[in-house]
Amino acid sequence: MKGQAVPLPPDTRLFDSYRPLPGVPDELVDANGAMRPAWAGLIDHLSGMTPLQIDQAFAQGDQHLADAGVFFRKYGDATLAARDWPYRAVPIILPESEWSGIAAGLIQRAEVLEHVVADLYGANTLVANGYLPAALIAENPEWLRPMVGVQPRSGHYLHFMAFEIGRGPDGRWWVLADRTDAPSGAGFALENRVASTRVFPDLYRQTNVHRLAGFFRQFRDALDRLRQNPASRVGILSPGPLTDTYYEQAYIARYLGMALLEGEDLTVEDGQLRIRTVQGLAPVDVLWRRMDGIWCDPLELNENSALGTPGLMSAIRQGHVAMVNALGVGVLETQALMAFLPAISQVLTGQPLSLPNVATWWCGTDAALAHVRANAGQMMIGAALSTRMPFEGTARHAIGGQMRGGEDDADLHDWLTDNAGALVGKELVTLSTTPVYEAGALVPRPMTIRVFLARTAQGWQVMPGGFGRIGSTEDTTAISMRNGGSVADVWVVSDHPVETATLLSSPPDRFERAQPGPLPSRAADNLFWLGRYIERTEGILRLVRAYNSRLCESATEPLLKTIRDRLTFYRIDPAQPLPEGLRATMSSAVYSASQIRDRFSVDGWAALQDLDKSMGRMANSATVGNDAALVMSVLLRKIAGFSGLVHENMYRTAGWQFLTIGRSLERAAMMTELLAAMADPDAPQGGLDLAIEVGDSTMVHRQRYAVLTSRETVIDLLALDEFNPRSVRFQLGVIGKQVQNLSAGRAPGQMTAFERKVLALDTGLALHTVQTLDTAALKAIHADILDLSNALNSAFLH
Amino acid sequence: MLYDITLRISYDYASPAVGGRHLVRLLPLDIAGQQRLVAGHLEITPRPSERFEQTDFFGNRVTEFSHRAPHESIVLKMQARIDRLPGPAPLAATPLAALAGELALCRDMGPDAPLHFLAGSPRAPLDGAMTAYARAAVHPGMTTAEAVAAVAAALYRDIRFDAKATTVDTPAAEAFAKRRGVCQDYSHIMIACLRGIGIPAAYVSGFLRTIPPPGKPRLEGADAMHAWVRAWCGAQAGWVEVDPTNNCTAGADHVVVAYGRDYSDVAPVKGMLRVSGNRKSAQAVDVIPLPG
Repeated sequence: MKGQAVPLPPDTRLFDSYRPLPGVPDELVDANGAMRPAWAGLIDHLSGMTPLQIDQAFAQGDQHLADAGVFFRKYGDATLAARDWPYRAVPIILPESEWSGIAAGLIQRAEVLEHVVADLYGANTLVANGYLPAALIAENPEWLRPMVGVQPRSGHYLHFMAFEIGRGPDGRWWVLADRTDAPSGAGFALENRVASTRVFPDLYRQTNVHRLAGFFRQFRDALDRLRQNPASRVGILSPGPLTDTYYEQAYIARYLGMALLEGEDLTVEDGQLRIRTVQGLAPVDVLWRRMDGIWCDPLELNENSALGTPGLMSAIRQGHVAMVNALGVGVLETQALMAFLPAISQVLTGQPLSLPNVATWWCGTDAALAHVRANAGQMMIGAALSTRMPFEGTARHAIGGQMRGGEDDADLHDWLTDNAGALVGKELVTLSTTPVYEAGALVPRPMTIRVFLARTAQGWQVMPGGFGRIGSTEDTTAISMRNGGSVADVWVVSDHPVETATLLSSPPDRFERAQPGPLPSRAADNLFWLGRYIERTEGILRLVRAYNSRLCESATEPLLKTIRDRLTFYRIDPAQPLPEGLRATMSSAVYSASQIRDRFSVDGWAALQDLDKSMGRMANSATVGNDAALVMSVLLRKIAGFSGLVHENMYRTAGWQFLTIGRSLERAAMMTELLAAMADPDAPQGGLDLAIEVGDSTMVHRQRYAVLTSRETVIDLLALDEFNPRSVRFQLGVIGKQVQNLSAGRAPGQMTAFERKVLALDTGLALHTVQTLDTAALKAIHADILDLSNALNSAFLH
Repeated sequence: MLYDITLRISYDYASPAVGGRHLVRLLPLDIAGQQRLVAGHLEITPRPSERFEQTDFFGNRVTEFSHRAPHESIVLKMQARIDRLPGPAPLAATPLAALAGELALCRDMGPDAPLHFLAGSPRAPLDGAMTAYARAAVHPGMTTAEAVAAVAAALYRDIRFDAKATTVDTPAAEAFAKRRGVCQDYSHIMIACLRGIGIPAAYVSGFLRTIPPPGKPRLEGADAMHAWVRAWCGAQAGWVEVDPTNNCTAGADHVVVAYGRDYSDVAPVKGMLRVSGNRKSAQAVDVIPLPG
């Protein structure tokens, strides 16, 4: 079908004012200045809206991404600083007819790469026959010697990959980069899609946009089929929360219902891979790897890796693990490989690559070196063995003949002469532009698309869409992308209605209730500490409030000193209106939560972030005394909001149990500590009332005893009462109940030391009376409660 | 020459260790024409929960083992009888100036292929200072073997043996800057020097027979594991083994255990275990020549 100009909508200003860059292909407008037909629906839709309506609609997308907690984190950034995801609401739109050509070309490329990597770890005929220089492999840090001769259990090295593509000046598509080792971005593509359905709910339904869910469903099914042990779950192997794409990994783990695992969660026994869980070791034999290959096993790969699993390589060698993708496929990302791939494709398949990659020359031969030298003005030059484009890093490189990076000045030609075999020259690519909406108008910006492929039972499947990246200026050279930019959804539009099933609504043949997988010990540990830190934050808030509200009253100095001693015990400086120690405790809670994002509801995380941010804001303005007391009240309401969300919404699995044990343990410990000081016969006057206030039991006390506080009434209500959620006894009961749940399914009679200690403590307290529970007894119980933490650790968390 | 070699390595942990997994490369290699392993045995105490024997990429023998139960110590005891043969006379080495041309033609990817040993590796990365030092120690008219010997002699002259100056984790560049170290440092420095001037160089882990001073008895357990360098001197001459710590060609007193790009490929014991508190280790080696 030939592209024809479509009838323009009545108000054509939005389109008419769009000015593509001269000589640069554009996605919206063809070479003759006419609108490409696939865009007609969107432009029509936008033209029918006022600028205010557009702003409101676009805000929906940003709001969704903010609500979903989308964030990037920079590696090593200890401040947990989140930054917003720069999202462009106008999607990149491509017609299905063009897309199918791209898809076919990428499938061909995936097949060629599979052949290449199988050869590099097998017979090595490409090197032996001179199609690849031996040095590029032998000197390549991504060529993992322990994998040589190891057959992947799945039969294939590549199962999931990504390609970065862009449209060149002649209008043809180019492959800019191959992402094979641990490609990221599929989850971001999915998030962008959800955002764009919020921005264009009606248009999206009326336009034949290919859905993404089918791709993920097929990939999930393919991973499930790779399992040999039907009792095992598919795991996603993550480098952990310090990676910039951790959010995406947690998101996709939740979406696909897979376990998000870190190296420390795994262990190898008898050559079999296992997950350490609170119920012992659980099998896992398929890992979708988001960790770069060299970090996966400190024993056989990078010895400095703290992320990997000792013995993983051994389990792979013994054929007990299917890795998606196989370790060692990172060698395919080597920049210099692109110089040889066109010829290799001819040799292996008899066909040229239908989608060319960026023209590349390895400077290790005289002819190529001379070519690069003569054409350096139109090239980027960088490390041959790098897995990133020359400009993506701080290492020395040259762009258009200008030296960049490196520590000292260097002459381009000397550099080329001295390092020829280690360098690669690549044509300086320019990109096409796509419209973005800025200040009421559409303006052209350069773009690339990351496209994802998955190997399924039906062969390679291409996600019909992708992760669009958009440059921040009009500079269309590919290097402009390094200066950051924004992201956009990619719509592949069909002429016909498309399948609209989502991943979640696809009806299985027969309903089966999915069983939650066993809880990894590391996650349990983080949940336990999250519970403790949140509860401690609350306890400190109450103490700080009690202290500040008494500063202006007629409180005696001895009472104030007793409160100060409590605060000092928790490393709080009472002189600070919003103490740093309080913020540190809160940060520890956020840190623990950040380690387990995949187990956390989006709302719960948002509430926690809100609490943390509010504290930061108020720290600047609060003043000692009544003002600080009021601030504490505000924060207490916010923390109650978080606790409520968790209590109402969290699924009652082992994770909940550890969170609850952490909270109860901390609350019981803080209360015994408080009572030991405030209910002591020598405590200053007002201590008993303070204990009742901090224990949030003023009303109950009044109703129950109808008298003034006495040591007996306070001990009874806050230590021994089985029905007061603030009492020590109540909290020990909660712990006891959770322990029963955790132990369910284990053979009777096999009590852990932890269970014995909980039982002994609970029974011991039950036998106390208000008379026998004196200060010494409270102090002993306090020590025993804290000791439970160690016992829990040895019972479940090693 | 026949040797009986015994080695005992022990680790003592202050608190019991759990979940330990180790890879060890301790048994001498069988190398045609160079050394013959008559008999060899590795005993691990306590008995491991798992134990596998395998051969790594470079052809070294690797024992992998793990202990599941908590344990307070691990003792490794290796015994081997080795027949160290007088190697063949060295063949003519390629002129240094012609070496790069030979390497460019190389398509071999096997374990002994020189190209594996030309680039920087984790523990022996290329380093401007060492490259410059090596360049100053050789001149372009030398054969590759002469250049290797010249670098070894220069290092022997300039670097002082000092067991206290470095640890097993000291980077080569730091030991070179101090001009001090032990056999591991000498070897890493020499490897970085040779690679810097385009000569493939490998790390050799093994045993060295020590000869007591005249009139003194041999002290039991006084020997130690040793390290030296293997350098590729051209397509015809192949690999030549040189000991920079002693400024000699590796010969009848050197017994090879493992070859690799650097220490990280051949570490005698590599382990990962969950342990808190200190650990102590001790090592005793005897290389005893047999009469006859």
